[in-house]
Amino acid sequence: MILVTAYCAVLLSFASALPGLMINQRQTLIALSGYCFTKFFNGNARGRDWVNKSLEERHFPVFLRQAVFVLLGLSGVFALIAGLAVLIGKGVITGQLPFGLPWLHWHVRFDALSGFFFLIIGIAVCAVSLYGPGYVRGYKENEHPFAVLGLFTGLFVAGMLLVLLADDAFMFMIAWELMSVASYFLVAFQHENSANRRAAFLYLLMAEVGALAIILSFGVLASFSDSFTFDALREAKLSNAWASIAFVLALFGFGMKAGIVPVHVWLPEAHPVAPSHISGLMSGVMLKVALYGLIRFCFDLLGDVHWQWGVVVLILGTVSALGGILYAMMQTNLKRLLAYSSVENIGIIFMVLGLSMIFMANGYPHLAALGFLAALFHAFNHALFKNLLFLGAGIIHHQTHELNIDMMGGLIKKMPQTSVLFLVGCMSISSLPLFNGFVSEWLAFQTALQVDVLDNGVLRSLIPVSAAALALTAALAAACFVKVFGLIFLGQSRSRNSEKAHEVKHKGMLAGPVLLAGLCFFTGIFPGVIIHLINSVSGQLLGQTMPNDSALGWLWLAPVSARQASYSPPLVLIGALIAAGVCYWYLRRNPLTVMRRAETWDCGFGGLTPRMQYSSSAFTMPFRRIFAKVWIIDEQINKDMQGAMNQDVAAVHYQLHIQDHSWPRLYFPVVHGVNSLAKQVGRIQTGNIRTYLGYSFATLIILLWVIS
Amino acid sequence: MNWLIAILQATLFVVLAPLLAGWLKWCKCRLQNRKAPSLLQPYRDLIKLTNKQPVVSKQASWLFVTAPYIIFSATVLAASVVPLIAVDLPTSATADVIVMVGFFAFARFFQALAGLDTGTAFGGMGSSREMTISSLAEPAMLMAIFTLTMTASTTNLSGVIIYLLDHGLVLRPSFGFAVFALILVAVAETGRVPVDNPATHLELTMIHEAMILEYSGRYLAMIEWASQLKLMIYGVLIANIFLPRGIAESFTAKALGYGLLAIMVKLALLAVLLAIAETLFAKMRLFRVQEYLGFAYLLGVLGMLSHIILEASR
Repeated sequence: MILVTAYCAVLLSFASALPGLMINQRQTLIALSGYCFTKFFNGNARGRDWVNKSLEERHFPVFLRQAVFVLLGLSGVFALIAGLAVLIGKGVITGQLPFGLPWLHWHVRFDALSGFFFLIIGIAVCAVSLYGPGYVRGYKENEHPFAVLGLFTGLFVAGMLLVLLADDAFMFMIAWELMSVASYFLVAFQHENSANRRAAFLYLLMAEVGALAIILSFGVLASFSDSFTFDALREAKLSNAWASIAFVLALFGFGMKAGIVPVHVWLPEAHPVAPSHISGLMSGVMLKVALYGLIRFCFDLLGDVHWQWGVVVLILGTVSALGGILYAMMQTNLKRLLAYSSVENIGIIFMVLGLSMIFMANGYPHLAALGFLAALFHAFNHALFKNLLFLGAGIIHHQTHELNIDMMGGLIKKMPQTSVLFLVGCMSISSLPLFNGFVSEWLAFQTALQVDVLDNGVLRSLIPVSAAALALTAALAAACFVKVFGLIFLGQSRSRNSEKAHEVKHKGMLAGPVLLAGLCFFTGIFPGVIIHLINSVSGQLLGQTMPNDSALGWLWLAPVSARQASYSPPLVLIGALIAAGVCYWYLRRNPLTVMRRAETWDCGFGGLTPRMQYSSSAFTMPFRRIFAKVWIIDEQINKDMQGAMNQDVAAVHYQLHIQDHSWPRLYFPVVHGVNSLAKQVGRIQTGNIRTYLGYSFATLIILLWVIS
Repeated sequence: MNWLIAILQATLFVVLAPLLAGWLKWCKCRLQNRKAPSLLQPYRDLIKLTNKQPVVSKQASWLFVTAPYIIFSATVLAASVVPLIAVDLPTSATADVIVMVGFFAFARFFQALAGLDTGTAFGGMGSSREMTISSLAEPAMLMAIFTLTMTASTTNLSGVIIYLLDHGLVLRPSFGFAVFALILVAVAETGRVPVDNPATHLELTMIHEAMILEYSGRYLAMIEWASQLKLMIYGVLIANIFLPRGIAESFTAKALGYGLLAIMVKLALLAVLLAIAETLFAKMRLFRVQEYLGFAYLLGVLGMLSHIILEASR
C-alpha cells in the first residue's frame, strides 16, 4: 500500500509533465472532447460547458498551467504521505518493476531513509506547486514555452523520486541521469542569454563527470559481487584499499552534485539562472538527493565505515562551510548568494556526517546516531529555509525585476507579507534560537562536544577546532543574512524599480512560502516531531536510535542525557513572550509617551539620499579586509579630475570583482591539460589517407593477433 | 518553589544590572580624577527615558520599534539561564550555554537590522562593524566555553558550576587560558575599551552607539538596559565559573542571601578591574580588532589542547 502511494507520487509527477505539451493542441482537444461527449456521456451539458470553457483561447493556457501544478502538487502530497507512512511504520518494502534489462528488472526498495527524503521532496514540491502558477504567468509563451518548463519539471521531480526508490545500481543511474538531464534543460530554460547557456553547459559537464565517478564506484562494488542489485552489493566483501577507492569515487561523484568545495563551481552559476521555483527545488532538494546517495553508499552499501573517511568528510565539510559562507557574503546577486549559502549548509551537513562516521568507526553507535540525527535534521531544515528563501527571491525578482541587492531597499513597507516570510527564512538560516536552523546546529555542537570518548589524540584536537569553525560559520551566516535582509527590505529604495514595487497579488505565491515558513517555526519549537521520524531512519540504518531522547518529557530536547545538555524551545518561547509582554505593558502604560515621527537625523546637513546608505560592498568591507586571502579581489578606484590643476575630484568610479580561487587553481589547469592532451591526440590526424589506411591495417593485425 | 526562585533570580539580574553599570562608572571616574555621579544615576536615566516621548524616524518600519522589545527579552532570557545566586534552577535546564550564545546572536541580529532600517550611513556602519566583531568573537567564546564544558562534560551552566564546586579548587592550566580568552571576548562583546568606547559619539570610531543612534525614549531605555544586562551576564559568567565559591547550592534563605552577597562582591571586584583596564588602555583601531580576537581564539584553542593533552582522563 505504501509502495503504491510512492508509485503514485512518481506517476503523478510524470503525468504533470504531459499537460504542458498540449499547449498547441487546442483544436485537437476541442474536437476530441466534442467526440467524447457525444459518444460516451450522451451530451452531459454541464461537463461539456466546463470543458469548452477551459478550452477557450483565453482560459486554455491558465487551465493547462493549473493542471500541471495540481498534478505536481498531488505528487508532492503522495510523496509526503508515503514518506510519513514508511517512517512511522518503520518497515522495509521491496518490489520489482518490469523495466530495465532482460536479466535485471528494476528493483525497488522503500525504507526509512528513502522515506525521509521522500518527505523532504514532498514538502518542497507542495510548496513549489502552490507557488508555481503565479510565478510562471509572467513568462511569454513564444519566448519561454511553458511546455518545456512543465515537461522537464515533471521529469526532474520523477527522477529524484526514482533515485530514492532504486534498489539496484542500474535503476539508480538511470534515475540519476533523468534528474541531471531534466534539470539541465531547466537551467537552460532562459537560454537567450549566453551566460545562462554557459552555466547550463558547465552544470551538465560537471553532472556527467560526477555521474561517471558514481558509476565507477558502483563498478568497484559490483566487481566483488555477482549482481548489480543493492542486496548483492551489500554482501560484497572488499579489502580496505578497494573499499576506500569506492568511497573516494562515491564522495567525488555525490559531492560534485551536492556542491562540496572545490567541486562546487557549477552551483553558483546554475542555480541563479533557473526560474526561482526550480532554483528552490535544485538547491533545497536535489542537493539532498546527492546527500542521500552518499549516505546510502557509505552507511548502507559499504557498511564498514573507516574513521579516516570520516576525517576526510569532516575536513571537506568544514572547508565548504567556511568557504561557502565567505563567498556568499561577497555576492550582490541575491540568487547567487543563496546558491553559495547552499554550499555552506551542505558543508555543515557533511561535517556532522563526518563526525557520525568517526564515532561509528570507533565503536560508539549511540554518538554516531546523534551525529546522523543532526545531519539529517539539518538537511531537512535546509530544504525548508533554502526553498523559502529562493521562493522569496523569486517574488522579489517578479515584483522589482531586480536581483542585485544593491538596487533594492525599503521593500518592507511595499511588500509587508513577503518581508515577514523572508525574515523567517533569514532567521532560520542564521540559526537563531526558536527556529529550526538552531536546533540542528545545537545538535551538531553536542555531537562535537562528545569527542572526549575518543582515544585518538589527533581526532580529539581536530574535532573541537572544527566545532569552532562551525561557530564561525554560523556567525558569518548571521552577518551575511543581516546584509541580505537589511539591504533588500530596510532603508530607502535604491532604484526606481524597487521604489515602485508592491506586494504580490497571486495568493498562491504567498501560500507556498507561508507553508515553508510555518514549518520552519514549528520544527524550531517542536523539534521532537522530526527527531522522532529521523530516529526510525537511524534505527534501520545504524541499528541505534538517539539515546535518551525524551527523559524529561516531549517538551525537552536532551540528547545523550538530561544532565549533559537540554534545550526546551517551547519553554524558551513562553519565557520570551512573558519578558516582552511585561516590558510592553510597563512601557505603554503612560498615554503621554506616544511615539512621534520625525525626519531622520542628518547631522544638520539636510537631505539624506539613498546613495548615502551602506551598500553590499560597504557592509562586507571589514570582512573583505580581515579574510582577504580567501578571495581573489580586484578592487579599482578611479577618480575623474577636473579644474585648472586637475585638483578637484569630479567623480569616483569604484569597481570590485571577486573571484573564486578554485577557478585559477583547479579548473584552468584541468582545462589547459585537456586542451593540450587533445592537441597531442590530434597529431595522429594527419589528413593523409595512406596514414589512415595504415592505422586500419595495424588495428586489424593487432586484433587478429589478439584473437589467435 | 524552584520556579519562583528562578524568576526571582532573573528579576534580580535585571534589577541589579544598572547598579553594576553605575558602580563601573563610579570607579572609572575616581580613577580618572573626576567627580563621580551617584551609583543610582543609571536608574534615574532609565526612568527618565521611559517617561519621555520617543521620536522615531519617518523612514523606520515596524522592525525598528519592535527590535528593542526583542533585544531586551532575548537578553533577559540569556540572563535567566546564567546561575546568579543559586545553582540547579529549572531555568538553567531549559537552555544551556550554547542557547545562551544563541540568545545573544538573536539580540544582535535585530540590533543590526534596526541599525540598517533608518537608511543612514551611521546605522549601516554600526551594523557592519558589530557583525564583523561578533562573528570573530563567537568562535573564540565557544572555544573557551567548550574547554569548560568538556571538563565538566555538560553544557549546562549550572552543571558546570556544580562540577567545579564538587571537585574543589584544582589548578587547571586549561582554565587559565579559558578565563583569559573569555575576558577578552567579554570586553569585545560588551563594547568596552579597547574594542569600542561606550562613552563616545565620535562618528568614525563608534560601533554600538552608531547602531542605536536613532533610538530615543523608551526604546533607547530598553536597549541601554539590555547592554547593561549583557555586561552583567558576562561578569557573572566569569565570576561564577572561575570562582564558584559562595553560590547557593540549597534554596534556604541563608544560603541565598549568602550567594547574593558573594556574587555582589565578586562583581564589584571585577568591575574595578575593568575600570582600571579601561583607564590604562586606549581604544584600538578597528582593523586591529581581528588580531585581538584572534589572540582570544588562540587562547581558547590552547586551553582546549591543554585540556585534551594534560587533563583528560586518559
